[in-house]
Amino acid sequence: MSTPVTIEGALRGLAAGEYSSVELTRHFLDVIRERNPVLNAVISTTDDIAIAQAEQADRDRQAGRGGPLAGVPILHKDIFCTEGARTSAGSKMLDNFVSPYSATAVEKLTKAGAIMVGKANMDEFAMGSSNENSFYGVVRNPWQTDRVPGGSSGGSAAAVAAGFCLAATGTDTGGSIRQPASFCGITGIKPTYGRVSRWGMIAYGSSLDQAGPMTRTAADAALMLQTMAGFDHRDSTSLDEPVPLFTEALDQPLAGLRIGLCKEYLQDGLDSGVETQVQNAIRELEGLGASLVEVSLPHTQYAVPAYYVIAPAECSANLSRFDGVRFGHRCDDPVDLEDLYTRSRSEGFGREVRQRIMVGAFALSAGYYDAYYRKAQQIRRLIKNDFISAFKTVDLIAGPVAPSTAFPLGDMTDDPVAMYLQDIFTVPSSLAGLPAMSIPAGFSDNLPVGLQLIGNYLDEGRMLNAAHQFQQRTDWHLRSPDTGEVS
Amino acid sequence: MKVDEAVVNTVANLAKLKLEAGDIDTTIEQMSRILALMEQMQAVDTSGVEPLAHPLDAVQRLREDVVTESDQHEKYQAVAPETDSSLYLVPKVVE
Repeated sequence: MSTPVTIEGALRGLAAGEYSSVELTRHFLDVIRERNPVLNAVISTTDDIAIAQAEQADRDRQAGRGGPLAGVPILHKDIFCTEGARTSAGSKMLDNFVSPYSATAVEKLTKAGAIMVGKANMDEFAMGSSNENSFYGVVRNPWQTDRVPGGSSGGSAAAVAAGFCLAATGTDTGGSIRQPASFCGITGIKPTYGRVSRWGMIAYGSSLDQAGPMTRTAADAALMLQTMAGFDHRDSTSLDEPVPLFTEALDQPLAGLRIGLCKEYLQDGLDSGVETQVQNAIRELEGLGASLVEVSLPHTQYAVPAYYVIAPAECSANLSRFDGVRFGHRCDDPVDLEDLYTRSRSEGFGREVRQRIMVGAFALSAGYYDAYYRKAQQIRRLIKNDFISAFKTVDLIAGPVAPSTAFPLGDMTDDPVAMYLQDIFTVPSSLAGLPAMSIPAGFSDNLPVGLQLIGNYLDEGRMLNAAHQFQQRTDWHLRSPDTGEVS
Repeated sequence: MKVDEAVVNTVANLAKLKLEAGDIDTTIEQMSRILALMEQMQAVDTSGVEPLAHPLDAVQRLREDVVTESDQHEKYQAVAPETDSSLYLVPKVVE
């Protein structure tokens, strides 16, 4: 069997009868079994569900009624509720949690014929930029296994890069799809806030959380996103907007496209190897007919401080539901209700999660609300206004995803602020609720570099179009780490 | 704003988290660093700026006041640590 690396390739192979979905699914389950002990990108495989779904997909295909992703094996980040399979959110708190229902995004992908082969590792409750905060252990970067894969969707990114599956779901609160996509050399898109339903996606920062696809190519991301997206009455922040067929806009030429270069993103502190690759990628886009325009986002430096008030504040409220009463971890032999709450939570949450809950509780507490939470929301408005001004003169903004390539495991675990500053280029668009993506743009010291594209509200199609055209001219997205042959 | 043991203990109590004695110094140090980061916001003049809660300024939707969900409490309570007669059980609160 010639193994496909993209969804498009797999759909062609399935349609041509080169392999069945069951064969494809077994192949990826074998790859995971063989290679996961090194990378730890997957928390659990869902073999029985996968084979049953694959058999159904094969039957549907034969009957000529398969969905747009019929028979395509994918992983779900373990933050998405999946009925019948454990959903841990990377936490001891939910180590015993089998969700009674599936997330809307999961349901939509399943309905389109996608096969769930398992659940991807992640930073606990999506809090982290290195995937070192998982109860199930660190994830390693397939390009260099002493490096982090990025986070919080680090398992999803490492798995797609290493060929564990054809695509994975991820979630992005302040960069959790884009930064690991950049570190692992894959394509990842965070849609406009509200594009993909948050229902059944375990909440971290509800005004920021968005789900999106993590794939090898922009064309695959377009196909997966148009499947996942859409209004959902069960999510009160879901956008009631039509979802265009992003795949139909991929082939438009880029002539006339105005790309903004933000001077605040190309500044001191950006690794020179990353800067070189990002500049080369931007020149490539210019070569495709785009014009480059300098823009300014003057409040960029305040995005990280504001984000690390808003996200923890929302996390402290969201994670109050984990109290040892209705689901999740309960401590042994509680002496009273206070002890039940406090011990269940202290035992169930890891260090970073406890810290963010405490920071959030502080920022929301009486006497500090105006100085921190309200102030952060005001800065959030200024950041959004910066983008609105910029998008008056440009169609997309291009720049780096992260200040560096994947850093060594353990490098920043003792310094939360250094770790938070990794998010400098991804949190501004998160705070503004804008769509943004990372695409492979080259290598620095044999580690992948991502190019970030930020689009205007609901303009994912234009971003995917530019990314696809870039990928017609480059082959960075087709490079694979050498993880050895599966025997 | 200085973070000390009293602040940390108050916040831990609000968050229903228990700090081990050995964790207090580290927590003070880490929270102090994070607060210093948060303090950078004070350099921005935000007078008259409307706080942003939803990026697209959406508001809560209303719907007809009718039942839309069927009763699935058995399914939802199957994952609970302890239930009895459809009720969640916790340690006795009133003697």
